[in-house]
Amino acid sequence: MVEELLFFMEVLVGGLLAGTMYSLVALGFVLIFKASATFNFSQGAMVFFSVLAFVGFMQDFNIPFVLAFILAALLMVVVGLCTERFVLRPLMNASEDTVLMATIGLGYVLEGLAQAAWGVEVRRLDLGIGDFPVPWIADNLKLFISALDITAGLVAAIMIIGLFLLFKYTKIGLGLRAVADDAGAASSIGIPLKHIMLLVWSAAGVVALVAGCMWGARAGVQFALVDLALKALPVLIIGGFSSIPGAIIGGLIIGAVEKVLEVYIGPFFGGAIEGWAPYVLAIFFLLYRPEGLFGEKIIRRV
Amino acid sequence: MMKPVFMTYTKKDLINLAVCMVLSVLVIPTFITTEYWYTSILIPWLCLALATIGQQIVMGYTGQLALGAAGFMAAGAFAMFNLILRVPDLGFVGSLIVSGLIAAAFGILFGLPSLKVRGIYLMVATLASQFFIIWMIDKFGWFKNYDSSGIITAQDIVILGKPFTTPLAMYFVCLAVTTVLTLLAMNMARGSTGRNWMAVRDMDIAAESMGVSLLRTKVQAFAISAFYCGVAGALFAFCYLKSLEPVAFDIKLSFKILFMCILGGLGTINGAFIGAAFILLFPVLLNAIGNNVFHGAIDATIISSIEQVIFGGLMIIFMIYEPLGMAKLWENIKQKWKTKIPSSTNLKSSLGKKT
Repeated sequence: MVEELLFFMEVLVGGLLAGTMYSLVALGFVLIFKASATFNFSQGAMVFFSVLAFVGFMQDFNIPFVLAFILAALLMVVVGLCTERFVLRPLMNASEDTVLMATIGLGYVLEGLAQAAWGVEVRRLDLGIGDFPVPWIADNLKLFISALDITAGLVAAIMIIGLFLLFKYTKIGLGLRAVADDAGAASSIGIPLKHIMLLVWSAAGVVALVAGCMWGARAGVQFALVDLALKALPVLIIGGFSSIPGAIIGGLIIGAVEKVLEVYIGPFFGGAIEGWAPYVLAIFFLLYRPEGLFGEKIIRRV
Repeated sequence: MMKPVFMTYTKKDLINLAVCMVLSVLVIPTFITTEYWYTSILIPWLCLALATIGQQIVMGYTGQLALGAAGFMAAGAFAMFNLILRVPDLGFVGSLIVSGLIAAAFGILFGLPSLKVRGIYLMVATLASQFFIIWMIDKFGWFKNYDSSGIITAQDIVILGKPFTTPLAMYFVCLAVTTVLTLLAMNMARGSTGRNWMAVRDMDIAAESMGVSLLRTKVQAFAISAFYCGVAGALFAFCYLKSLEPVAFDIKLSFKILFMCILGGLGTINGAFIGAAFILLFPVLLNAIGNNVFHGAIDATIISSIEQVIFGGLMIIFMIYEPLGMAKLWENIKQKWKTKIPSSTNLKSSLGKKT
């Protein structure tokens, strides 16, 4: 009985920690949605693009780790700049769905560019953090938890706290919230829309890079990251599109539920239900609580 | 009492139909003799155009963002395989219709969230159908007749005792099915069914207050859309791939169909054909350029990456300058050529610019 409980705990904790990985991707979505009410479908592509550039700088040009990270982050700022100038600004007054479609296009562009520049083979990314159980925890608590998972959890926590403080207590954060609420009114009182957008997209790019590093260290830097990032969508639906804590809780729920279902129910169906379980869970949320756990209530004006 | 009208047409439509039929039935078979054109271009074009019409119905006409066309195609393809295998009496055409209906059942099931949500929320819900259907086919051996290799060879097409196995014969099968379904789609789009779809697309609350049942209209659109995708998927597997494997219907195909639909022109039937032709032919063209101009100096993976960049870029450009796609561009060119007066009637879709 105790062993079963321990095993359940292990599955649960593993799922929760894996969920923080989804949260990291979802965080980028939320940032952009909060500041511009835009669903950025290309967030997954940004994850792939940024981490591939990072690994590419390190492996092809022998640039040291820290410098490569900074270069990749700068690259994401450039991507944000170009996105603002060539995609968002012309679509300023377009409907939500149009912008969404354009970001799908943007995702394609980023995926294509990344592969054209760095090739299509799977690259290994070594962060110096092992993806194996931490001995100390294994010995003392009898739980097998990967060091990488713990790092991802910590990184996610730091980023959330940072972003939360940024949104809540800084002038920039106030500007961001104002723009999200009503871009027209915000710009009419002198909030520089351009800068805000640039800032948000760059921040989302850096978040993508961090998420990409975590994913890349686990699964290798490869195209499949884009599909993995799609799972951030159910995370957002559960957590709410406009809530940073929501992205985290949503990620934790998705991570835990998919692991627990996979281990306890999966075998009856031949396994691999992880592929769709998050989406079905998202549907249930949509039917009963479409705005998610922490999202603002969806109000449609006629 | 109202007279039931099955097909409504004008003189212009008849001329268009005649031209298309002459082109596809007489001109193409006489002048194109290389098998490559049939097996790699015309047959997939017709199949994908049909699937794109399905996507058009739900997205272009009814304004519901859906991203699961390939899932429904897989449902159709595997239903077809099992029907021919287990119910041989049904015949090819019967199986095709029933597999379309099976796909439609999935369409209804996964279209239900559309009653509650819209936009990207709905997109996520339809992604569930994509992943669920593929997983279901993959995991339950029954659907694949317990074939362990993962790739099943599609049965030969036999209609009324006659085998249709040459590329030309298969082309005619696809052509016949596509023609019938396209005409039907055009009529639905033009008739009260389509009016309801478009009313829901343009403003669902207004449509509801005008007495259009949202439940009926949306579910109907999803069902019909999935039917088209299912039939297209069956044809795609039996005439083009000649094999069945769930991987062939992954999310990438769904995205491809979405691109065909949007670049071709939302809310138009001919846009489906234009979009499918473009997405299908452009890589062929790019490869030809790579081989002939650069003599293979550019790696094939780079060419496919460039293709992706161009598709994505075009998507952005069209969203900015012409959200109604290539069909609208074509319309504009015709309009200019005819009258020199720019058209004043702008079709507003949910994807159009906000007024």
